Amino acid sequence: MSATTHRTRPGRPTAGPGTVHPRRSTAVVTGAAGLALVAAVLAGIWVGAVPLAPGGVVLTLADRALGPFGIDVPGGLTGTQAAVLLQLRLPRVVLAVLVGAALAVSGAAYQGVFRNPLADPYLLGAAAGAGLGATLTIAYSPVQSLGPVGIVPLAAFAGALFGVFCALALGSVAGGAHSPTLLLAGIAVAAFLAAAQNLVQQQNTDDLREIYGWMIGQLGSSQWSDVVLVLPYLGLACAVLLCCGRALDVLAVGDDEAGSLGVHPGRLRLLVILAASLATASAVAVSGLIGFVGLVVPHIVRRLAGGSYTRVLPLSLLVGGAFLVVADLVARVVLAPAELPIGVVTAFVGAPFFAGLLWFGARRR
Amino acid sequence: MTAPQPESAGRGARVEVVGLGAAYGHTRVLDAVRFTVEPGGWLAVIGPNGSGKSTLLRSVLGLQAHEGQVRIDGVPTTGMPRRDRARLLAYAPQLPVLPEGISTREYVTLGRTPHRPLLAAPRRSDRAVVADVLQRLDLEPLADRLLATLSGGEQQRAVLARALAQRPRVLFLDEPTAALDLGHAQQVLDLLDRLRRQDGLTVVSTLHDLTLAGQYADRLTLLAAGRVVAEGTPAEVLTPAALAEHYGARAQVVSGPDGLAVLPVR
Repeated sequence: MSATTHRTRPGRPTAGPGTVHPRRSTAVVTGAAGLALVAAVLAGIWVGAVPLAPGGVVLTLADRALGPFGIDVPGGLTGTQAAVLLQLRLPRVVLAVLVGAALAVSGAAYQGVFRNPLADPYLLGAAAGAGLGATLTIAYSPVQSLGPVGIVPLAAFAGALFGVFCALALGSVAGGAHSPTLLLAGIAVAAFLAAAQNLVQQQNTDDLREIYGWMIGQLGSSQWSDVVLVLPYLGLACAVLLCCGRALDVLAVGDDEAGSLGVHPGRLRLLVILAASLATASAVAVSGLIGFVGLVVPHIVRRLAGGSYTRVLPLSLLVGGAFLVVADLVARVVLAPAELPIGVVTAFVGAPFFAGLLWFGARRR
Repeated sequence: MTAPQPESAGRGARVEVVGLGAAYGHTRVLDAVRFTVEPGGWLAVIGPNGSGKSTLLRSVLGLQAHEGQVRIDGVPTTGMPRRDRARLLAYAPQLPVLPEGISTREYVTLGRTPHRPLLAAPRRSDRAVVADVLQRLDLEPLADRLLATLSGGEQQRAVLARALAQRPRVLFLDEPTAALDLGHAQQVLDLLDRLRRQDGLTVVSTLHDLTLAGQYADRLTLLAAGRVVAEGTPAEVLTPAALAEHYGARAQVVSGPDGLAVLPVR
């Protein structure tokens, strides 16, 4: 609270630096983010090792959509192309949207709940727990799947929730829902689970490549069953989080003041953490540990649309989805027909982009 | 825009505190504190550092575990839902947390939180109250500026505006002038006094500046080691003997045209 941070300039009372026009810019930015997502999805469908003609894609999708009504739309893709579109490309793009959106929105929620710009979805032990679960099953599980569902996603999902549960339990024993205590509990749990994961990994060097591949994140084996598996959890968690924007804005003024405004900070924090962790666990289960998205997308959004969580949460959803589709596209195309791990791409593409945003943002001020 | 009717104009509430106690672990911070503030009155809680002033405010507001009873217009706040309490009592802490990236208007709008469902967008009536408060506190030119870019005095006014947007019946202020120089401190206290008289609002504040406390508040409560050791009008409480005993201070109390002034003596 320094009086020297800014001086009002006479004659420029409302248009000086630091002025925000929330309403106008929100509509513009939301529209732009929506368009970016649509553009990213279309590019993600059209571009790849097997190029698919845009017109053919549209006709094939129309044929599939209208087929049940007995309407045939001719002129679509060939059989092989259609299989690539429907069985490979489409589930992969849809999953990228879901995972990116979930990571970004839970990252924003974590940052809000902890009032900490460095928070990300993996903060409370979700990543370490998922890593341990996946490593254990890759190393020791005698079966590959339970019914139609792969065993690794299940173990990762359970591990992520287990990690967060441990952090919450330890945090509440140590000092209630006070956020710094919870943060430290999360760090302790994450360190312990990561150590356990490393131990298992060292004991099973044969599986190192597979474990490492999972840890760094991948969307290459995406199937519709993955989408079906995570959609209910993701949908529920994201719906809850989107409703919490105003509550997070209240929480941003500190626990005492939020309490004096009629809110229960502890309960609210628990609800948001549970929803964000459910979203994170679902994302991690089908994609491994994709870094950077949950940390940086909320900050990109804040720079574009201001800090109110009523804008940050929905925009993170859109931008996170678009970002991960583009990152996956780059991962598929750069070394085609080989693929880069998407976790590498998110940092490789995202870090310079974010640096540029910081650079130009600083110059514009 | 229609002029909003203040929901509680002229209806400052009577505050009664009886047998209030609080502890951090095994350390007792407050013991059997009791005071009464009449509707529309201004009580300043004074006392040396560590005497429990902030804890007293937080306990009365129900933000901290405590024993004893707080009654607002005779109604005990124990068991009262937080939202109901937040419509009666507003709070501006000593070091308010100012969120980054939100405008002054958005910040002040947070004060409407107890008046609508937590998930609901601000209604027209909420926006009218906010506009009214911004205008009364001369914050209109700053409404769309980022809160973080305001000066210290402007930020203190914004915090006050947020508390007033709650349309409370009692305003609790913890050291509202702590971060301000003398001129800005006087501006904020003048503003509070004007609002109190216009709305009939009851004000309870801690103030470490004894001269300002004596000039603005109509009653003082002197807290020492968690107990009330003196209470009454400024002239009754601010005596050289009390300052020597409880502050360990050497001071004269002189009468000026606008009340007492506490003058340190070397």
